[in-house]
Amino acid sequence: MAQTDASLVHSRSEGLGARLSDTLWRRPSLLLFLLLLPPVLWLGIIYLGSLFALLLQSFFSIDHFTGLINYEFTLRTYAELFTPANFDIILRTVLMAACTTVASAIIAFPIAFYAARYAKGRWRAVFYLGIMMPLWSSYLVKIYAWKLILAKEGILTWALEGLHLNWLLDAYLSLPVVGGNSLSVSVTGTFIVFVYVWMPFMILPIQAALERVPTSMLEASGDLGARPGQTFRHVLFPLALPGVVAGSIFTFSLTLGDYIIPQIIGTSRLFIGQAVYQHQGIAGNIPLAAAFAVVPIVIMGFYLWGAKRMGAFDAL
Amino acid sequence: MSAVVFDHVSRHFGAVRAVDGVSLAIEEGEFFAMLGPSGSGKTTCLRLIAGFERPTSGDIRIFGEQVADLPPYKRHVNTVFQDYALFPHLNVRDNVAYGLMIAGQGKKQRHQAADEALEMVRLGGYGARKPSELSGGQRQRVALARALVNKPRVLLLDEPLGALDLKLREQMQEELKGLQRQLGITFVFVTHDQGEALSMADRVAVFNDGKIIQVGAPEDIYFRPDVPFVADFVGSSNVLPADLVARLTGQSRPAAIRPERLKLAENGPLSAEVTGLSFLGLTTRVSFEAEGTRLTALLPQDASRPAKGDTVALTWAEGDLHLMQAGA
Repeated sequence: MAQTDASLVHSRSEGLGARLSDTLWRRPSLLLFLLLLPPVLWLGIIYLGSLFALLLQSFFSIDHFTGLINYEFTLRTYAELFTPANFDIILRTVLMAACTTVASAIIAFPIAFYAARYAKGRWRAVFYLGIMMPLWSSYLVKIYAWKLILAKEGILTWALEGLHLNWLLDAYLSLPVVGGNSLSVSVTGTFIVFVYVWMPFMILPIQAALERVPTSMLEASGDLGARPGQTFRHVLFPLALPGVVAGSIFTFSLTLGDYIIPQIIGTSRLFIGQAVYQHQGIAGNIPLAAAFAVVPIVIMGFYLWGAKRMGAFDAL
Repeated sequence: MSAVVFDHVSRHFGAVRAVDGVSLAIEEGEFFAMLGPSGSGKTTCLRLIAGFERPTSGDIRIFGEQVADLPPYKRHVNTVFQDYALFPHLNVRDNVAYGLMIAGQGKKQRHQAADEALEMVRLGGYGARKPSELSGGQRQRVALARALVNKPRVLLLDEPLGALDLKLREQMQEELKGLQRQLGITFVFVTHDQGEALSMADRVAVFNDGKIIQVGAPEDIYFRPDVPFVADFVGSSNVLPADLVARLTGQSRPAAIRPERLKLAENGPLSAEVTGLSFLGLTTRVSFEAEGTRLTALLPQDASRPAKGDTVALTWAEGDLHLMQAGA
């Protein structure tokens, strides 16, 4: 009998680790608490705390004579955002973010579709590598590389000259607003580089969404009489929409906040990120910098609310 | 006129001959079952009719019309998919009305037609729900309504009952059969379940290795299999090898005998050793070994039962031993 009693429990030496494991097994909520404590502290205090501090700063104002911050609650700083010069910056940034997002989505969709439906085995790995690899090299190196590509003496001009098509580029550059001395100092250049840099963030969520659409669903649509274009509009796109929205959240918010690309490539006109950088650094106007920083947060809030109302997350 | 005609149709995927020289004619208004083990080419045949696959060679005609170059959306054929393939972002009514919407019908008209179709599959009042809120059996009916609302001339069903539990499956078998009679539409039904094929179909085609092995009425397939494969797959019949049959009847051909037709007797033409018994409720299944051949008998519960290891004599009525062709 003693033999069978002993065989029920593994007779191993009970170390501290073993006893800890036993305690956590008996109290799963304790384990959950211990696992969540560090990230909650990090998110709650360091991330949300600083965000709250930022929000607080935006309700203060600066004394323009002394350059000192006046710690009294006021909406004056927010009113300053609506002066023509500042509002111009916001409008320009939002427009750029919107154009970048739409262009990324249009370019990314076929790529993601190919990756999700047709790429198999090794090709799939190569494909992932191709999408991810640009993310491995330095952001600054990529942007300077683009500056060289787009510059007046750059490879693009050279290639177009070889094809006797430089008149096309010249005609484009002579257009108002989008044109300029060369692509590298034009709004178009900024746009191209934004689209390039954020593209993987659009491709991957769309691909993930498309992978969840079974082939039989597309076949069913065709079976019920829908031409491929109709299948795209009524079935594939609505089902991929959560992925498109997820991707657009990346491209849109990343463009809203970026201050390096427009500084290196494009005109001297400011974007929100640059305005924040200048106001908090050079000008010492922390409240206005904070108010500028709140703008993308508010815009993204409205964007998500609108996307939800449009039913972008219904298929989730 | 035949609803669907296959004329030496093949579909190869690389070196794999999924469908290999199949010829067949499905008559209008018929409930036709394609039966076979997985990978036997039956589903590929269905997809060839729907237009999801194109034949490598051969002709397919639907109501006399060549369809090799017609994409699925131009064929007057609808499919009930194995996974139902309901659109998750649309509610049940819009799912059913999808084909009518594509055909350009107005909202009011198509919703009315969709509600009628849902009524027909006994899902009236479910129109506003999302497919994710339905049970498997209900989704199955929605898929059926979505196909039937378009009034197809041929309805294709790809293992539509495979995901349902036994009770529901039996109920759906009867409903499907009833619907088919009521609508008079040609049904082409793919299944690997022989019971399903036999109970529902007017005619059954048995597939193996991309070929049709035998086509016929369920009784023919069940009682008069042409070859050992059909005897074994369709009815789990006992297959007696040709040399054994030669000794019993003088004809050197394989033969089939149904397990329920084997009887125990004092004296019989075949003596066998009992190797196992299992209780099935209505019957007891007894396994035998006779001269190197494994046999099974289903004995009613009131019959005297042998014990394992006994040597018994087996007998059968004259017509129950069915001679087949050699091969396959």
